[in-house]
Amino acid sequence: MSGTKIVVGLDGSEASKRVLDVVTRQARIIGDVEIIACYVIEWSPFSFQTAEENEVRHKRREEEIAQARERVLDPALKQMRDAGLNVQGRVRHGDAADILDRIAVDEGASQIIIGRLGNRGLVERIFGGVSGRLIAASSVPVTIVP
Amino acid sequence: MKLLSLAVMATLIPGVLRAQDAAAAIGLDERINRIFADYTGWYVSFIFAPLPGTTFSWIALWLVVGALVFTVYFGFIQIKGFGHAIKLVKGDYSDPDDAGEVSHFQALATALSGTVGLGNIAGVAVAVGIGGPGATFWMIVAGLFGMATKFTECTLGVKYRNEYPDGTVSGGPMYYIVKGFEERGLPLGKVMAVLFCIFTILGALGGGNMFQSNQAHAQIAGVFGDFPGWITGLVLAIVTFAVIAGGLKSIARVTEKIVPFMGVFYVAVSVLILIIEWDQIAWAFGQIFMGAFTGLGVVGGFTGALIQGFRRAAFSNEAGIGSAAIAHSAVRTKEPVTEGYVALLEPFIDTVVICTMTALVIVITGVLNQDPETGLYIWNAEAGRIMTDGGVSGVALTSAAYAKAFSWFPVMLMIAVVLFAFSTMISWSYYGLKAWTYLFGEGQVTELIFKVIFCLFIVIGAAASLGPVIDFSDAMLFSMAIVNIIALYLLMPIVRGELNQYVSRLRSGEIRKFRN
Repeated sequence: MSGTKIVVGLDGSEASKRVLDVVTRQARIIGDVEIIACYVIEWSPFSFQTAEENEVRHKRREEEIAQARERVLDPALKQMRDAGLNVQGRVRHGDAADILDRIAVDEGASQIIIGRLGNRGLVERIFGGVSGRLIAASSVPVTIVP
Repeated sequence: MKLLSLAVMATLIPGVLRAQDAAAAIGLDERINRIFADYTGWYVSFIFAPLPGTTFSWIALWLVVGALVFTVYFGFIQIKGFGHAIKLVKGDYSDPDDAGEVSHFQALATALSGTVGLGNIAGVAVAVGIGGPGATFWMIVAGLFGMATKFTECTLGVKYRNEYPDGTVSGGPMYYIVKGFEERGLPLGKVMAVLFCIFTILGALGGGNMFQSNQAHAQIAGVFGDFPGWITGLVLAIVTFAVIAGGLKSIARVTEKIVPFMGVFYVAVSVLILIIEWDQIAWAFGQIFMGAFTGLGVVGGFTGALIQGFRRAAFSNEAGIGSAAIAHSAVRTKEPVTEGYVALLEPFIDTVVICTMTALVIVITGVLNQDPETGLYIWNAEAGRIMTDGGVSGVALTSAAYAKAFSWFPVMLMIAVVLFAFSTMISWSYYGLKAWTYLFGEGQVTELIFKVIFCLFIVIGAAASLGPVIDFSDAMLFSMAIVNIIALYLLMPIVRGELNQYVSRLRSGEIRKFRN
């Protein structure tokens, strides 16, 4: 049986590349590992939109998902598969910290690995970035790759 | 400021042209007005005709009776379904896999930004100024009934919308009239849909546009002193054009964020005033209840209060007009009824909460003059309304009432009015465009033609005093309600079918919560 599951959060940044290295190394040590690589498009159901934005929302969503797969997820999946890892990819809309944790719980993953972003805006300084919020609320151990 | 806000009373708005432009431009104004009045006056008089022996227009009764019928037909859905509506908006029933699609909250917020506006601030002042505090009671009653109308029209809007292969959606009365009539084997669906679209386009250009820019200018001029209206109009038109045609989403997004904030701010200030005057609240409600049944000195007594309250509610929350059905159609849901539930919150927020706040503050701050001995309101027969501090009415009365508590409020109110007007224009440009493309087909050129026309009318609305033109457009707005409510009567069994199967699946647990 596949024993360990690891949820990996990707965002296409430099840190993501280091995350992939760490994941590959860890997977080799553990041996039988299933990797769930996840890209989250930040989105809130409580934001305000114009009627015109609402009308094309479904189309935009499809485009966003296709883009995320093409630019971030697929290259990452290829890299991990080439390294001989058992990996599946997901693109989701919502709050990254929430979603990574939920996937980890639903899948029974043993840990979450994400990268730390260097550039932090004002909002992130006040409310904490994805990594900060994930650490605060996560149900499973979290590894932050610097 | 002679702001009255009530769309119907637009004729009372003074021209805003400067003297130097007057000779040439007013001549043109007058000519247009005369031609318009000659050809359309009969229709305007017909739409706003009062019922014999009253000042109550039959069109307001049409909306209120419709609301009453839907309320009874759906077994007081606005009470039974209120809790469920809140849960839907919170996202309790939203499938996480659908995240990224238009949420119930977003559809509600978009529709609200089209209805919350001048009516809530100025229209209420008109109603309370003429009908007395008792008008508030009837306004709330009519708002509560209107919730059932929104439920009906928005369920149909989602059920019969068009979904195109590229994933975009279009919905609204024109779609449910055609498809629903076909399904029930009823004739004349296409004719009624075309009629509805014509009314929508003309209504969008007037009540949803010229009237708004006119009022926005009047507000700015009221604070900063008079200046040519075309300047306000041109600025508004350029910004609007940038948003609706230039794809300048950032402005739209900023507005869509500021407008709800202004709405919340307005309610918060109102609540603050009520807290400061807490010992007066019981008295104010006493005035409202007593006024509702006796009139408290208002001419026309109890019926005077009733007429004003009903009229204000019907004209403020747009229940039955059909516009909300267009806005709500974009939501991503497998269950049309869920959007009906969510939409019934709209008249509640617009009329029962926001309008009532305005009314309470006006009553509590005592800007309406009362006879200290009898407790009756002093009637100013000449103006046809209750005497007020400074003799003001409309938005100026609201402004005066709030200024009694906070002196800085008039400036905030100006910003709010301008922003509300702007967001109403953006919303109505969309409703108009949907009707336009329904008639003339979709395509960049046809759409651009409408957008250019729409922006031209913003300038005209702010610069000119085209009373009869705006009157005609308002008549169009309410003509939408004639077509729409007839269609709602004919299609309501379909909504009941949807509702019954939804409720039974909800009870059986087939439709489940995703979040607790």
